[in-house]
Amino acid sequence: MTTTNPDPTDALAGGIPVSAPVVLSTGTRGTRVLGIATIVSMAWLVAFGLGFSPADRDQREAVRILYMHVPTIWVAYMAFVVTALSSAMVLYLGRGGRPQPLGWDRLAGASAEAGTAFVAVTLVVGALWGRLTWGVFWQWDARLTTTALLFVTYIGYLAVRRLGGTHQQRAKRSAVIGLIAVLEIPLVHWSVKLWRSLHQEATVLNTAGDIKMDGLMLFSLFIGVIAFTLFYVWLMLHRTRVMAMEDALEDRGLDDALVARRLEGTI
Amino acid sequence: MSSPTTGTSTATTSGSPSFWRMCWLIASKDLRVERRSRVVTNQVLPFAGVTMVIFAFALDKETVLEQVAPGLIWLATMFSLLVLVQRAFGIEADDGALDALRVAGVDARAIFVGKALALSAQLLLLEAVLLVLAIVLYRQTVPAGGVVLLVTTLLTATCGLAAVGTLYGGLAAGIKGRETLLPLLTLPAVAPVLIGATRAVEAALGTVGAVVSDGWPWVGLLVVFAVAFGVGGALAFGPLVDE
Repeated sequence: MTTTNPDPTDALAGGIPVSAPVVLSTGTRGTRVLGIATIVSMAWLVAFGLGFSPADRDQREAVRILYMHVPTIWVAYMAFVVTALSSAMVLYLGRGGRPQPLGWDRLAGASAEAGTAFVAVTLVVGALWGRLTWGVFWQWDARLTTTALLFVTYIGYLAVRRLGGTHQQRAKRSAVIGLIAVLEIPLVHWSVKLWRSLHQEATVLNTAGDIKMDGLMLFSLFIGVIAFTLFYVWLMLHRTRVMAMEDALEDRGLDDALVARRLEGTI
Repeated sequence: MSSPTTGTSTATTSGSPSFWRMCWLIASKDLRVERRSRVVTNQVLPFAGVTMVIFAFALDKETVLEQVAPGLIWLATMFSLLVLVQRAFGIEADDGALDALRVAGVDARAIFVGKALALSAQLLLLEAVLLVLAIVLYRQTVPAGGVVLLVTTLLTATCGLAAVGTLYGGLAAGIKGRETLLPLLTLPAVAPVLIGATRAVEAALGTVGAVVSDGWPWVGLLVVFAVAFGVGGALAFGPLVDE
């Protein structure tokens, strides 16, 4: 009798429960609607960003890069806030020996992945914009340096998520590291700001209140924020579902391995 | 139940040592291990010395070396910190000593503070050696007016570095495949210390025309950093090592 590849249904005969059949797709009606909304808003962004909005007086056509660069970093910040809040929920709901809530952990991880990817895009696109307007790919000013360190910090967070162990261990460990990152980021930001300050002053969220961008340019920017936010939410839905499937697969692999081991013993 | 050594500690009703007594026990344990094994003095300090020498190979010009000397001191400190933390938790990973401490009921925060204290002592020794090397190799001088700033910077930066190192060391220790995580986690976290300590030491030594009064705001940053990671690290250490 071969035991190298036991059919999982054999386990039913032995009374050992088999994990539920795995769902084959992460798409639902909600994601379809969101996906279409994302495509439509991205089309709007292209139309307004590349077409209808005017060229800048000083930067000329290079300003169009900002319609992608600024939304990606805003969404990245939002993604990291979601990671921080989800990490707090994991620790709060899992306090005192209760089982860690894995749904919140998956949201924290997925959001960090998306945030890191968006920061990478921001840095690359920003470097291209910098080459056009400043003449250099990189400057060691406050905002760029902080963004680079933010990127590296969350690469570290993602590495911690991959350390292995049970799902519960991963959840607790990642949540603690995620909250430490929230402590680190303001410290890094403050110290870098003390160190440098050359970056263009924020033209939209100016505390004095006057918006320095022309109306149509500002509109294109907000379309960009909406488009990328919808994209982020769509990504979160799919990614968290895929993570749930990965966890279920890992558990099922463990169940199958246990079944195989027990069957070995009965020869 | 009497305490194991001379009865100066304030014991709790169950007879176990107080929090600060426990910190002191753990710190002195680490330092005793170091005194008997001499790993820091025989391996880590020479490593730091070698780093200072090879900086000269890389940077070539002596004028450049003199100008960036404070930065090089702290860079060498950062790299040596990684080695020191590996060592500090390497002795715990062998024979599962850290787990044994936790199972014995030792407060995780006491372990954190104790190990951070021992790490601070080793770091201070390291920084003193690096300062002497900088004076010799990079022609630095210490003006009398800058001594207070210099010593304060060394103390506050060391506290922050020790807190971060102990926290991430606890995470990265033990299980195979984790040690490489320590540099990736630690270096972005200590970036504020690198920035602040370098500027403060530049002010203290008068490098590139900095004056002593420039340095004190940076010391403020270092204090905030040390407090933030001291408190945050003590709270986070328990959950991280209790897997």
